[in-house]
Amino acid sequence: MVYLVGLLSLVFLVLAILVLTRLTSVLKGVNGDTPTQESEGASVSNRVNGFLFLIFFVVGAAAAAWSFIHASQFFLPEASSPHGRHTDNLFWLTMSVITIAFVVTNALLFYFAFKYQYRKNHKATYYPENHKLELIWTVIPAVVMALLVFTGWRAWRDITKEAPENALAIEIVGKQFNWEMRYPGVDNDKLGNYNYKLIDAANSLGIDLEDESSFDDVTVSNEMHIPVNRPVLLKIRAKDVLHSVFIPHMRVKMDAVPGMPTRFWFVADKTTEQMRNETGNQNFKYEIACTEVCGQGHFSMRTTLIVEDEDSYNKWMAEQKPWLTKNPEYLARVPEKLKAKAAKYAPADAAAPADSTAAPVEEGVGATTSASLR
Amino acid sequence: MATVETNAASSAVHVEEHDHHEELSFLRKYVFSEDHKTIAKQYMFSGIFWAIIGASLSVLFRLQLGFPNMTLEWLRPILGGWIDESGKLDKEFYLALVTMHGTIMVFFVLTAGLSGTFSNFLIPLQVGARDMASGFLNMLSYWFFFLSSVLMFSSLFIETGPASGGWVIYPPLSALPQAMSGSGLGMTLWLMSMAIFIVSQLLGGINYITTVINLRTRGMSFSKMPLTIWAFLLTAILGLISFPVLLSAALLLIFDRSMGTSFYLSEIYIGGEALPNIGGSPILFQHLFWFLGHPEVYIVLLPALGITSEIIATNARKPIFGYRAMIASMIGIAFLAFIVWAHHMFVTGMNPFLGSIFMFLTLIIAVPSAVKAFNYITTLWRGNIVFTPAMLFSIGLVSFFISGGLTGIILGNSALDIQLHDTYFVVAHFHLVMGAASAFGFLAGVYHWFPKFFGRMMNPTLGHIHFWLTFVGIYLVFFPLHYIGIAGFPRRYYSFTTYEAFRTFGDLNMFVSIAAIFTFTAQFIFLWNFFYSIFKGKKAALNPWNSNTLEWTTPLHPGHGNWPGEIPPVYRWPYDYSKPGATSDFIPQNVPYSQTPESNLPHENALIALEKEIEAQNYNDQFKQPH
Repeated sequence: MVYLVGLLSLVFLVLAILVLTRLTSVLKGVNGDTPTQESEGASVSNRVNGFLFLIFFVVGAAAAAWSFIHASQFFLPEASSPHGRHTDNLFWLTMSVITIAFVVTNALLFYFAFKYQYRKNHKATYYPENHKLELIWTVIPAVVMALLVFTGWRAWRDITKEAPENALAIEIVGKQFNWEMRYPGVDNDKLGNYNYKLIDAANSLGIDLEDESSFDDVTVSNEMHIPVNRPVLLKIRAKDVLHSVFIPHMRVKMDAVPGMPTRFWFVADKTTEQMRNETGNQNFKYEIACTEVCGQGHFSMRTTLIVEDEDSYNKWMAEQKPWLTKNPEYLARVPEKLKAKAAKYAPADAAAPADSTAAPVEEGVGATTSASLR
Repeated sequence: MATVETNAASSAVHVEEHDHHEELSFLRKYVFSEDHKTIAKQYMFSGIFWAIIGASLSVLFRLQLGFPNMTLEWLRPILGGWIDESGKLDKEFYLALVTMHGTIMVFFVLTAGLSGTFSNFLIPLQVGARDMASGFLNMLSYWFFFLSSVLMFSSLFIETGPASGGWVIYPPLSALPQAMSGSGLGMTLWLMSMAIFIVSQLLGGINYITTVINLRTRGMSFSKMPLTIWAFLLTAILGLISFPVLLSAALLLIFDRSMGTSFYLSEIYIGGEALPNIGGSPILFQHLFWFLGHPEVYIVLLPALGITSEIIATNARKPIFGYRAMIASMIGIAFLAFIVWAHHMFVTGMNPFLGSIFMFLTLIIAVPSAVKAFNYITTLWRGNIVFTPAMLFSIGLVSFFISGGLTGIILGNSALDIQLHDTYFVVAHFHLVMGAASAFGFLAGVYHWFPKFFGRMMNPTLGHIHFWLTFVGIYLVFFPLHYIGIAGFPRRYYSFTTYEAFRTFGDLNMFVSIAAIFTFTAQFIFLWNFFYSIFKGKKAALNPWNSNTLEWTTPLHPGHGNWPGEIPPVYRWPYDYSKPGATSDFIPQNVPYSQTPESNLPHENALIALEKEIEAQNYNDQFKQPH
């Protein structure tokens, strides 16, 4: 790559010096007259410049093609989500349309510049308008645009529609400078309420313990686990400033906005393991990045995403202790009437070990209070 | 000014009045000048100064991106504490560099520098006016800009650093000093500077619009106006409508920052405490910002397109193809510019339905843009092209406009924008279509009107070399950025080593940085040529490019009032180049049809009858007023 820049700059430097030397000799011949339209048009430099446009197009097109082929090995691999593959296809479709337009228009521009350079005693064609031509090239882009918009709009509509019923809701919260995740837990399928005023050193997500759905919620801060082939709904929020959840391989991106929860749902259909085999990179990891500038650590808000089959996901989930179990001192915050229900999440001294069959019964109760989660 | 007078005033009277104007002190003549030509030069020098600063900042952060392991200890004499103990660029200072580069380039170089220089210079000269409608407001406009520049410049030197939250200054990051140090005093200065900048823009804009509407010379109907003037007029209208919205956005942000309001702030926990603000919306700021921010793109680009239209027609020795279509597409672009702003916000959590509406509107704007590109290309077709440096830069502009504009079709598509939003693909897109294209418009304008500015010529050979190095350099910088963007690299990242997905392309980033330094260095050829030619350039001919527009009918060094005698009336459109039958390959606008029977088209012979009428018209000549 560095050689390429060296080479190209050398080529153009040589050409530039060529122009310079030839022009100075020509100017000497003109005897230092004030440069005018004619003298400049008739000069050697005009021919050199016209020729350079042709060279630029040929060399430029070759360089563009070569560099694209060379760079494409570093592009992200095929998306690991169905919607991502769809938008990838649309991207390359649009890309091919605009590449054609790019090559044709630039070719005409540079070729005309070369072809119709100044010739002595020649007169340009007086050609101020041609309504038919103008109509044609207004309509063609309009039609192409309409087609592209329509396909894009359909994809957008599908991506942004409501998440399916069976989607696994995971909360992802951005803060300076890392992500924290909260899972709905194994006992009920609900994320409990939160309130930013409840945030403190231990309760970094502001989990509201007056909502019983939050008792079994699990928080994780180093990595996100999701099951393969099951819709995942990210409930996104930010604690301090704007952030943006970006999962490059899933083609997922959505801002995290303080005071306004956002969401994005997707299906991951390739496990981390599959990707390792596919890419041949045994250390492959899905990553989550931040794409909205959020301060000095913006470039390092990295979290890994582990996509695994349903069984290993469930196994992992079962190993996680609810946040309340890890922070038993917060049991005191639980209102009197829910103390009994919270008791089972008390650590070690708990009378009854976690019993997952008891959970569904309680589901209806929490529903009214979790409204603030959108 | 609109008193009824005959046009029989003798030129002797003018000379007398002219002398009256000469008695200006140095301060009034060169510093607090009300003469549009002097103000234009002030804008030009300020713009060039800011361009050097803005480009230098980009070289600094390109060093970090291209050579992440390089020790920058040698920059400590300049940057001091911004180089940390390990000899690297400070992480927050990196963001400050990015922010200030964007702010300076967009507002101070391409808005004030480009529009301020050429609207001020060309509007009175090309519509045939003695000066701007209000010389005083015009002077105020520059000095407000100067004050705003001083504030912005001073923010580079404060201990907590300049504003660092990106040029879009999204709150809450920009509202909370505890979020980053640049959001302290640096941000305050940024907001103050921008508020004053907006005042300057509005004063300038009102003046441009008034001058174009009211002070056109006899016969200069809207359908005979050069495309430059159309572009400046539409630009001024865009600015007049959209800049006040940025002012209100900035004011609300100032309130949030220092008066405890909650326009943009809600449910924030930062620095170990929960802030009391509830109910604000950061998205509101984004709407307000982009309501200016998107028209701003066209505020930057339209003047460049106007300048290019003029230069391409002149140097291709052909009428601009589709003059009316050019105007129509500019009006279309100007109108659509106001209703596409939210395409910057597809993934900010805005309602997806709104996203689809903005996608439709955004992609419509591609149509008038395409028409413009086709028209430029057709203007070259069967021309007789003279490659002056200005012409080279104009052709380069068209190429950038096409290459950068096309990727807009991808980014304007909300489904595709999900992956590409805030990646280097966006950076590549807008640097080509608005950054490089507008910068080329500025350079083309300087090369083309230099003889009118200073009465001397710039060295064309150096101009050619400058063009080729810059043109190639800019493509070498921004073309590879598309690849980096397709690979998903996010913008405003200090380093890419944290991520496995973004660890590739290290050598490509190095390549881009080398190309950027190369391009930056090439600009010194221009600077040398520019300053040398002001003093030592060859004396220019009165109409060195054989151009049709009115500015070339003024003396070599037009004095106050531009024309020593009467302002010439205008009889024809500005693009009568290479007209069949004509003796010369150009017929200036002030040549009546009655003098060119050999080249008149049938319908133009009918216009001869109107010439007396045009000459008898009352027009606004400020110099005819008793003082």
